[in-house]
Amino acid sequence: MNKRDFLKGAVLFFPAAGVLQALACKAEGKELSATATTGYDPTQHWYGMGVDVDKCIGCNRCVEACKAENGVPDEPFYFRTWIERYSIYADGEVKVECISTKTPEQRLADQSEPIDPSVLRTFFVPKLCNQCANPPCVQVCPVGATFQTTDGVVLVDEKRCIGCRYCIQACPYGARYLNPNTRTADKCTFCYHRVTKGLLPACVEVCPTEARIFGDLKARADRLVRFQRQNEISVLKPDLNTEPKVRYAKLDGEVR
Amino acid sequence: MSSTVPAGLYEQLAYQLSQVIGFIYPNEIETHWSILIVVYPYLTGIVAGAFILASLVKVFNVVEVQPIYRLALLTALSFMLIAGLPLQLHLGHPERAYEIFFTPQPTSAMAMFGFVYLWYLLGILLIEVWLEYRQQLILMAREATGPRTLLYRALSLFSNDVSPAAVAWDHRASRIVTIIGIPSAFLLHGYVGFIFGSIKANPWWGSVLMPIVFLMSAIVSGIAMVMLVYMVISLLRNRKLDMRCLDKVGLFLLVALIVDFALEALDYIHRIYQSEESIKILGELVSVKLFNSLVIVQVALGMLLPMLILAMARSRRVNEDLRKLMYFTSVLLIQLGIFSMRWNVVIGGQLFSKSFRGLMAYKMELTGMESLMTALVLLSLPFIILTVLNYLLPTRWMDEHAHAHA
Repeated sequence: MNKRDFLKGAVLFFPAAGVLQALACKAEGKELSATATTGYDPTQHWYGMGVDVDKCIGCNRCVEACKAENGVPDEPFYFRTWIERYSIYADGEVKVECISTKTPEQRLADQSEPIDPSVLRTFFVPKLCNQCANPPCVQVCPVGATFQTTDGVVLVDEKRCIGCRYCIQACPYGARYLNPNTRTADKCTFCYHRVTKGLLPACVEVCPTEARIFGDLKARADRLVRFQRQNEISVLKPDLNTEPKVRYAKLDGEVR
Repeated sequence: MSSTVPAGLYEQLAYQLSQVIGFIYPNEIETHWSILIVVYPYLTGIVAGAFILASLVKVFNVVEVQPIYRLALLTALSFMLIAGLPLQLHLGHPERAYEIFFTPQPTSAMAMFGFVYLWYLLGILLIEVWLEYRQQLILMAREATGPRTLLYRALSLFSNDVSPAAVAWDHRASRIVTIIGIPSAFLLHGYVGFIFGSIKANPWWGSVLMPIVFLMSAIVSGIAMVMLVYMVISLLRNRKLDMRCLDKVGLFLLVALIVDFALEALDYIHRIYQSEESIKILGELVSVKLFNSLVIVQVALGMLLPMLILAMARSRRVNEDLRKLMYFTSVLLIQLGIFSMRWNVVIGGQLFSKSFRGLMAYKMELTGMESLMTALVLLSLPFIILTVLNYLLPTRWMDEHAHAHA
């Protein structure tokens, strides 16, 4: 082999080897073990949230914290979590409104309204993605862009989502929206970027009355497990067999 | 917080928010499946229906329908070429549509769409058209001069055998393709119905009857569309309509329409009688939001009236000219009715809250990607394609052959 041939071979060999190596790594498809890099093992967790309806005061701080933490558009058309206000009247009529779509001024004005004697009781219900164990949104996604993590959180891969919106139609809880900035489906992630670091979701962190209890259903000694032991628990739309992991205590039958 | 909601979208959503009746979940304000998703099942239905009509000739030997056999095939092909386009344009990321083919999610009802569509286009329609026209294309290429020779040769895929044995083979193969084509056409549109019918979150859609209702309405719309095209083309070419053919197709149309009506009526009766949790809001949906488009246009004008006209046209006392007029009126009304049906399913299913406590509004945009204008363009494209196809692959020769045989 003369010098020229050797150099020619070398020029071709090194880039080609680099490409092959990269392809080989991809083909193997091995994910880096999360435990090895961060000390976090998703197989050891199964996340859920408890909501104590009696404790919610409708301050809307959770909604604001969620929007700030997750870059949810400011407009009143997009929510990863929101608060509903129910008024049950003596004649059986039920009035529901979403206080999160209102401006802070409107919410303040609502508070100073005189008490209507025909109202039997009122209460607030925080809503969010139910992180269903049997999620219809994951079932219908044509490209697998929305998926359930090993630790039980339903996420959307915004690099893969084609924006067909089938998942939005399939969600019985209205928990999804199309993010106008990314043009992909978007929803509550339980603040996955926080909880995998041992932090609480933003909405839970800011709740002044601890109406939201985030926890791990796999852990034996966990606040959420204790919450479930001490309360009678309901989930939303149980007849649809979605197996929600957002569990409500003292939930009124009128709430859908 | 962040936002860069486009001005048009903001305006639309703000308007829709102002029109909400009762309570809705806040994310429900956006109408996610717009007019383009109404156009999609409308176009696909015509494909399936036109093909079923064509199959009457090939598989069931209904000789009266022979004169419009080729037209039915070309109509199916023209609409098929456009049917996927509204979906593509609707996507948030159209450039990622290939993912449906490369990484389909097996549990998704929508993931199979690309495959069903491709199978029908490549595996059935194109082969069927090629088999039907092969002999004639070769003959035309021999007679033509200049670039046309090459065009016809290319369209015949450079085959050159017009021996009786080869032609007989074409006929046999064409029959087999049609036999496979019938369940495929059923699959194509039944499948569209399943996409809606399998959504348990939405009681307006979630019905086991949905695929079969879509299928029957597809057959109705396809037959009516071929009949309409046949009448218009004959008028433009100043040629006599084959009344034997029209009467036969009219009869099939009437039967299909009755079955379609019966199925839809069964769906509504079943819902009302079962009276489930959602019945109250669905009742409000129909009476407040869909009264005109469902009760008046879809059912009264689009089903009952053409049914009556088609039934009356069967009377011996009605003369030919009046019959033509009756058929023409019926097929126009049916198109209107079927389009309304698609609208009522797709848009109607998004006008009530899944909390069952409120109704939303849909403000259709006039211009832009998901607008009336795009819908009109998409609806007119199949006719432009059909005109070109008619020019390239004349149905006329076959007509004359048919007349000669008759």
